[in-house]
Amino acid sequence: MTPLITLKGVNKYYGDYHALRDIDLEIGAGEFFSLLGPSGCGKTTLLRTIAGFEAVSDGVVTIGGRDMADVPANLRPTNMVFQSYAIFPHLSVAENVAFGLRKRADLNRDAKASMVAEALAMVGLEGYGKRAAHALSGGQRQRVALARALILKPKVLLLDEPLSALDKKMREQMQVELIKLQRHVGITFVLVTHDQEEALVMSDRIAVMFEGRIGQLADAETLYRRPQNRQVASFIGKMNFQSAQVHDGGVEVEGFGMVQLALDQMPEPVQPGPAVVGMRPETLGLLFDGEVTDKRILDGIVDEVVYYGDMTYYDVRISGSDKPLNIAMKNIMGRPVLEVGAPTRVVWDPRAMVCFR
Amino acid sequence: MTSSESGRGLLMVSPPLVYALLLLAVPLGAIVLFSFWTQDFMTVDTTLTLNNYRELAEKPIYGALLGRSVYVSACVTVVTVIAAYPVAYFVSFHVRPARKSLWLFLITIPFWTSYLIRVFLWKVILGYNGVVNSGLINAGLIEEPLTFILYNVNAVIIALAHAFAPFAILPIFVALEKIDRSLLEASQDLGESKLMTFLRVTLPLSVPGVVAAVLIVFIPTIGDYVTPELMGGAGGKLVANMIQTQFLALNNAPLGAALAVVAMLSVTAISLVLILLNRRWLRGRT
Amino acid sequence: MSLRIYAIAYLVFLYAPIALLPIFAFNDATIIAFPLSGATTKWFGELWTTTALHAALKNSLFIACMTAVLSTLLGICAARAGAMYRFPAKAGIMGFIMLPLVLPEIIVAVSLLVVVVQILDLGLSNWTIITAHVLICTPFSIAILNGAFQNLDPSMEEAAMDLGESRFSAFRLVTLPPVMPGIVASLLITFTISLDEFIIAFFLSGSEPTLPVYIWGLLRFPKSLPVVMALGTLLVALSILLLTIAEILRRRGMSRAGVNDKGGFL
Repeated sequence: MTPLITLKGVNKYYGDYHALRDIDLEIGAGEFFSLLGPSGCGKTTLLRTIAGFEAVSDGVVTIGGRDMADVPANLRPTNMVFQSYAIFPHLSVAENVAFGLRKRADLNRDAKASMVAEALAMVGLEGYGKRAAHALSGGQRQRVALARALILKPKVLLLDEPLSALDKKMREQMQVELIKLQRHVGITFVLVTHDQEEALVMSDRIAVMFEGRIGQLADAETLYRRPQNRQVASFIGKMNFQSAQVHDGGVEVEGFGMVQLALDQMPEPVQPGPAVVGMRPETLGLLFDGEVTDKRILDGIVDEVVYYGDMTYYDVRISGSDKPLNIAMKNIMGRPVLEVGAPTRVVWDPRAMVCFR
Repeated sequence: MTSSESGRGLLMVSPPLVYALLLLAVPLGAIVLFSFWTQDFMTVDTTLTLNNYRELAEKPIYGALLGRSVYVSACVTVVTVIAAYPVAYFVSFHVRPARKSLWLFLITIPFWTSYLIRVFLWKVILGYNGVVNSGLINAGLIEEPLTFILYNVNAVIIALAHAFAPFAILPIFVALEKIDRSLLEASQDLGESKLMTFLRVTLPLSVPGVVAAVLIVFIPTIGDYVTPELMGGAGGKLVANMIQTQFLALNNAPLGAALAVVAMLSVTAISLVLILLNRRWLRGRT
Repeated sequence: MSLRIYAIAYLVFLYAPIALLPIFAFNDATIIAFPLSGATTKWFGELWTTTALHAALKNSLFIACMTAVLSTLLGICAARAGAMYRFPAKAGIMGFIMLPLVLPEIIVAVSLLVVVVQILDLGLSNWTIITAHVLICTPFSIAILNGAFQNLDPSMEEAAMDLGESRFSAFRLVTLPPVMPGIVASLLITFTISLDEFIIAFFLSGSEPTLPVYIWGLLRFPKSLPVVMALGTLLVALSILLLTIAEILRRRGMSRAGVNDKGGFL
């Protein structure tokens, strides 16, 4: 990976408030990169330091090897899709898209018009050029924002929560379109989102941020399967946390007994003593009548049933543990949905456990 | 908030701020200072003294004038706000959204048109040969023109209530507009009648607007000078007329300044009490 | 329904005095009272031949124009700062700038009079009135422009800068067009306020009266009252014309910004 954007030791203070803490980051050319985190974690601030709307208090930002310290936003090789889309309401769609071409003296009117048409076609808005900007739907506004940013052929496209204003169906459709668009134009996309599913679906790599720090930087599968710490584990997806005791010879998990964990199941250095073990709901299972398994089994009682159609989520109490386990089961043919209070058997596998401090 | 953002914000706000400091704060300070000086025939004696305030306290006319001013302003405020509330309510709740701004426009237009002439016209309406009297005489309801409607406090109150009507309607309208309409449906869903819904939901939620209306009518009316001069007759003169007399006619500007300061302080004190009551009211609610 | 009747009655109350203006302006009698005698346009004709009136009008127009421009410029700064930036003590600063809106005009008038005459020992002129009028008109300008600026998406200028424009050209290309109707509305309304303002002008005018001060002088002489009615009719017509233009522009600005109209000027 050739790094296109690098951040070294970046800090940002707002008065006493420490918004970005020692950020070191490299984003590759042509990468689809996401900044994911809860609101207030600093992800938007980080995006805006790359765009040039926020000056860093400390540290260096380079794009294409060039230090960006003295380069204002309007001269950076980045363009942005704003959360509100910031479509200029007094201009038509075509005028919005052509906005950044104003100073391009090398282009005549026809060249600009064909570039606009091309950009609109790229986002699926052929023939919309003459429309008034404020008459567009949410999805259309977003496409205009994309076309407007991409027409300048930036090295980096920055997207600040671009899908948060859309309804669920539209959002899922745009996710796919954004992936296709990124492959088509081949430039770096940096996406800010608080929606983990969005980040997991679209990104090559994801930086999960908490309180101004990067909690983990990895691809989607690693983030999901091997979260580096408890914060990431609980932020991404659902996870059961069982209290545990680390001994020299293994880990004793509440309700599960002694287990042996591999090195990659303990991402943090763990000292002997109290710890926490996490398990995803779908790594646990229920053993229905007539089914067999070679995995380990515990007896339990169904405490709660939530039926989702394709899936059923059970809360199951096992002996030796106060907290019910959340277990996700696919509703395959012939498998019944259990009722509250029904006795059941929990199938589990120590290889699916991750141990945290 | 970024430091560069707050810097730009302060830079942007500085021209109006500096202007207001130089031409509002400095003059207000000056008038306070000035009120401690004394007029010595044609010159001003700059020795600091409380003589002006002593004179204001000792001569009963000043206290009476101030008291009458506060009374008139309070009456105007009460009349204006009570008369304005139903109009604001009507525009907010019973006018189609597309027509609301037309109504507001119609309500505000008279406010922007020549104040002086408008007040004078009240004199025409209420005067001895005025519209009201000639109308009533022609209708045979009275034989002699009514005299109690002009050149007294009542006339001042009518004219001022007319002049400040939009000032009262607009804040109440804004407060009413902010009320989530589903709250009213919720109240009716929970069994309240329309009237009780108004009393238990709409009215309490519009209190901040009413307080704003009270302040925005009460404060400027204290300083009004034209209406009492034209409509008040001898018994309807207010503190502003006395300030004017001291400054422009009697040429005792320091005394006028002291009077202005006292008037200003009274208004501020009354406003603060209202604001505090409003705060307590809001705190009790939220 | 009874509410509607009340509201309409209220409007009648609001308009009653103004409605009388043209009636007496065209009435062929020197006494302003009913019954009416006959129609005439001579009072309007007298306006053309009164030179003192023309001088007062010229003063007032000059003062109103300067006031409109200066207070709108200050209003743009304040409205923009208020709507688009966060800065320390913002509420206090904005409140202080808006203070003249509720301050009794006589206080503004006498305090400036003290500073100009007693402390600085300067003479009174049209400029002393302009100074005071800008002070009281700026809050109105801010109130009008707030609507225009608050409807703007703050990321709009950032988007323009992101697309290669400098800070100033971003303002010119992106912010100015949608707020332009608001600016014109502010110019018209501050012009109207200044043209009508009496109390401050009365205290701060020098040897040359403004139109309202001139009218105030006329009100003492019963025989000049019909002329005042004629003059008032013209002034009210002019005010309504300017305000209607301002309102139309304001609404156009709102619809151009793609937002729903939520109310009037204030």
